[in-house]
Amino acid sequence: MEWFTITIDGREVSVPKGTTVLEACRMNNIPVPTLCHDPELTPSGACRLCVVQIEGMRNLPPSCVTQVAQGMKIETQNPKVRAARKTILELLVANHPLDCMTCEKMGNCSLAEYAYEYGVKGDVFAGEKRDLPVDNANPFIIRDPNKCILCGKCIKACTEIQGKSRLDFSFRGFNTQVGPAYNIPLNESDCDFCGSCVSVCPVGALTEKQMAGKGRPWEVTKVQTTCPFCGVGCNFDLNVKDGQVIGVTSNPQAPVNGKALCVKGRFGMDMIYSSRRVTTPLIRKDGVLVPAEWDEALDLVASKFREIKDAYGPNALAALSSAHCTNEENYLMQKFMRAVIGTNNVDHCART
Amino acid sequence: MAENQKILVCAGTGCASSGALPIIDILKEEIKRQGLEETVTIVGTGCQGFCEKGPTIVIEPQHVLYTRVQGEDIAEIVASDVMKGERVERLLLLDTETQKPVTKMSDIRFFAKQHRIVLKNCGVIDPQRIQDYTLRDGYKALEKVLKEMKPNDVIEEVKKSGLRGRGGAGFPTGLKWSFCQQTPSDKKYIICNADEGDPGAFMDRSVLEGDPHSVIEGMLIGAYAMGVDEGYVYCRAEYPLAIKHLSIAIKQAEEAGFLGDNIFNSGFNFRLKVFAGAGAFVCGEETALMASIEGKRGMPRVRPPFPAVSGLWGKPTNINNVETWSNIPHIIRHGAEWYAQFGTEKSKGTKIFALTGKVNNTGLVEVPMGTTLREIIFDIGGGIQNGKAFKAVQIGGPSGGCLPENMLDLSVDYETLTNAGAMVGSGGLVIMDETTCMVDIARFFVNFSQKESCGKCTPCREGNKRMYDILDKITKGEGKIEDLDTLENLALTIKETSLCGLGQNAPNPVLATLKYFRHEFEAHILEHKCPAHVCSALLSYSIDADKCKKCSLCAKNCPANCIKGDKNTPYVINQDECIKCGTCMDKCKFGAVSRS
Repeated sequence: MEWFTITIDGREVSVPKGTTVLEACRMNNIPVPTLCHDPELTPSGACRLCVVQIEGMRNLPPSCVTQVAQGMKIETQNPKVRAARKTILELLVANHPLDCMTCEKMGNCSLAEYAYEYGVKGDVFAGEKRDLPVDNANPFIIRDPNKCILCGKCIKACTEIQGKSRLDFSFRGFNTQVGPAYNIPLNESDCDFCGSCVSVCPVGALTEKQMAGKGRPWEVTKVQTTCPFCGVGCNFDLNVKDGQVIGVTSNPQAPVNGKALCVKGRFGMDMIYSSRRVTTPLIRKDGVLVPAEWDEALDLVASKFREIKDAYGPNALAALSSAHCTNEENYLMQKFMRAVIGTNNVDHCART
Repeated sequence: MAENQKILVCAGTGCASSGALPIIDILKEEIKRQGLEETVTIVGTGCQGFCEKGPTIVIEPQHVLYTRVQGEDIAEIVASDVMKGERVERLLLLDTETQKPVTKMSDIRFFAKQHRIVLKNCGVIDPQRIQDYTLRDGYKALEKVLKEMKPNDVIEEVKKSGLRGRGGAGFPTGLKWSFCQQTPSDKKYIICNADEGDPGAFMDRSVLEGDPHSVIEGMLIGAYAMGVDEGYVYCRAEYPLAIKHLSIAIKQAEEAGFLGDNIFNSGFNFRLKVFAGAGAFVCGEETALMASIEGKRGMPRVRPPFPAVSGLWGKPTNINNVETWSNIPHIIRHGAEWYAQFGTEKSKGTKIFALTGKVNNTGLVEVPMGTTLREIIFDIGGGIQNGKAFKAVQIGGPSGGCLPENMLDLSVDYETLTNAGAMVGSGGLVIMDETTCMVDIARFFVNFSQKESCGKCTPCREGNKRMYDILDKITKGEGKIEDLDTLENLALTIKETSLCGLGQNAPNPVLATLKYFRHEFEAHILEHKCPAHVCSALLSYSIDADKCKKCSLCAKNCPANCIKGDKNTPYVINQDECIKCGTCMDKCKFGAVSRS
C-alpha cells in the first residue's frame, strides 16, 4: 500500500493513499466537525462544516470528500477555517427552532454540540424560519421538518442501507425539504419504518416516538444485545432507564448489521412489557388454558406425539418453526423431526 | 429589379413574439399576388440579433435591413424595394449619430463592429433546411476530419486554436477533450449544455434556433476526437423553438447520413438525442445536468471525479455548451491559426454577448475577445437610452459582477473580468443607467440565486437567503452600518465554502456592488436615501403649495386616497398613508409634486 506523508496543523503524519482528509484527521485524533458525514454512507460534501484550508487549493475544501495527496499541508483550526464554520453554524441555527429544552435530541444533538463549541448564539442572521407541519401520524417516527438541517443522511440511509429510496429533497433554496414523494405522511408512503433514517439524523428532526418523554441520554444505560426477533443476529443497544427498557438505538459497532435494523428490532421492544406475553406453559383443560409446570407440559407433548405417530405413522406429524428462532434452534427442530419423529415434514414461516 | 432576391424574415423567438410569424404569411401572399414567386425567395431565419428593433427583415442582395416591420408595411416594401429597388426610408434604421437612415445593413453601427463566426449563419439561413447549411460549407469540417485527420490531430487543432469553454468557466476546450479521450472505457458520452438560464442571456437559444446544424457538426467532430458514439443535447424546456429546430436538424442529418452508423464510410458511428430540462437553473452545472438526464433530482455532486472520468451513467463524459460546440466546425474548416488571430493572448476567438437593459440597441452581438466594454455598449449598443448617464454594467449573469464607469475600458476576456470581480459567464451584459439603484440590483440577483439554489449545501441554501434578507432590509431603510460587514463576511464565506459554481459565484453581485458602489449602500443606511430614487420605502413625495394649482388631479388618481385639499387650499400628501407609487408626480401637469 502506498503511503502519503502529509502535514496537519503542523504535525507530520503518514496515511494510506485514498484516505480522505477527514479520515486522516480522525485517524490522528484531530477533531473536525461534521454533520452530513457517516462512515456507513457515501459522502456528499453537503453541510460544509468540515471545511479546512489546504495549501495551494482555492477556497476552503470540505475534508470529507477531499483525498490526501503527497506533501499536502492542511490546517484544520486556523481563524479563517473556524470563522467559516462558525458562519455555517450561525446559518443553520438561524433556521432552527431553539426549543432545545424540550427537544428529544437534547444531549445528543450534533448541532447543539458544535454551536456550543463555536460560540454560536443564533442572533447574527435572525429572520424567517420554516414553519412546516410535523409528521406524527405513524406509531414509530416523529418527523419534524423544522428541525431538519438538510444534511441528507436520512435520504442516503434509506437508499443505501435499506434500499428503499423513500426519502428525497423537494423544493429549492430556502424552501428545500426532505420527505417522501409528494410530501405525504410517512405512514401513507411505502416506508418500511426500519428507522435507519432516525439512526443517522444528527438533530431532532427524526426521533423515536416510543422514547419520547421517557428519558434523557445521560439518564439512560445502553445495553448491547442481540435482537431476539429473528435469526440474523443484529446487535443494538437497549436503552435502559431505572431498570426499564425504554427503547432501542442502533449500535454503530454492531458486527452484523451496523446501524441497520428492521421495524421489529428497532420498534418492537414494547413486547417485553406486554400483558399478553406468555410467561409459563399453558395446558388447555376443559376448554380453558391453565398454567402448568414445564415437566408436565413437555410430558404431555411427548405423549401426544407418540400417540399420533403410533396410530397414524410419522408422516402424520409436521413441524413449523419460527424466524424468531436462531439458526441453531431451527437446525435442532428439523433434526428432531427427521431423526426422532422420522418425517421430512418440516417448514418455516420465512419460507415462501 | 434584382434577379433572385431573398427576403430574410427573422423568425427567432424575439421577433416571433413581436409579430414576425404573420408577416411571413402576408409576405408570401404579397409576393404571390405580384407574381414574383419565381424570382423572390422568402426565408424564415433564426435570430438576426437586433431584437430591440424587431420584427426585422433583410432584403438580399441589396443588403437592406428593415426594422419594426408590421403587416401593413409589407405591400410597400414589396412594391418599392423588391420591385423597384427604392428604399422604404421610414422603416430604415437611423444612424445614432447622424440621425440619417442607413441603407446598407453592414453600415449599421450595431453590425459594423461585430465579427460573426458562430452567428455567421444565424439570421441568414433557414434553420429547418439542411441544404441551406450544406450550401454554406456545412458538414465540410466533419468530412475533413473523418477523411484526413486522426482523433489526436483534431484535439491538437482545438488546443492550438486556444478555444475556451463559452459556458462561463473558460476551461481550455482541447485540454478538456484530451481528458475524456484518455480515459479508457467501452462507452463514453458527450453532452451539449443548452440549459441557458442566466436572466437576459439568449445566445445559445439563438444558435440552436438559427443554426442547429453547426452544433451537431461540432459535436460530431468532438465525438470522433474523443471516441464517443452517443451524445445528448440538454436543452431547457422553455426553449420550444430551439428544441423543434434541433429535432428537425437531427432528423435531417440522420437522413443525410451525417448522423448514424458508418458516417462518410469511415466506420465512425454517432447518435444524438435531445433531452428537455425541467426548469432548474442549477442544471446548467454539469454534474446536476447529468443527474437530471439520469432521471434524478438535478443537484450537483462533488468533483472529483470529474465527468471526464465518471460522468453520465458513470461513464467518461465531456460537456461543452452550445457556443463552444458551434465554434468547432469553423476552427476545423479554417484552421487553428485563423481562429487564434482573433482575441487576446489568453482568450482566443469571438464571444457572443446578449446586450440588454438601458442600452439603445439591445440584442445579440458577437465580438472578438478583448473588445472593450465601452465599444460594446457605446459603439455597438448605441449608448444609453433617453440620453441618460451610464452607471454600471452587470456582466456574467446573476453570478457576475457590476462594473462602474471607470472600468468601461476593460478588455472583455476571461482573466480581466474575473480580476475585476465580474466574469465572462455565459455572456449576459445588462446595462444600467443613473435610474438604477445598485442595492436593489444586488438584491434582485441574490434573490434569483437564493431561489434557484438546489438546497444541497448549507452556505448557498441558507446564506443566500440571509444575504437577501440583509439587502432587503437596507432597501427598506432598516439597515445598520454594521450590516455591511456582516454582508461582506457572509458573501465571502458563501464564496469559499459552497459546493458548486452557483453558490461560489452567487455573492459576486454583492461583493462587486459593495466594492464599487459602497456609497449607495451607505446612503440607504445613514441618510435613509435611495440616490437613484428606486427604493420606494426611502422616497417621499410632497406638493409645493406655491406651484399647486389646486386642480385635484393628484388626489383623484391617488390609489391610497391620501391627498387632501380643495379649490381654496393647496393639496397635501398624508405621509403616513402614502404608498410612494409616484402616481401624483406622473399626473401633476404643473410640476408641483417633488420626490426626495
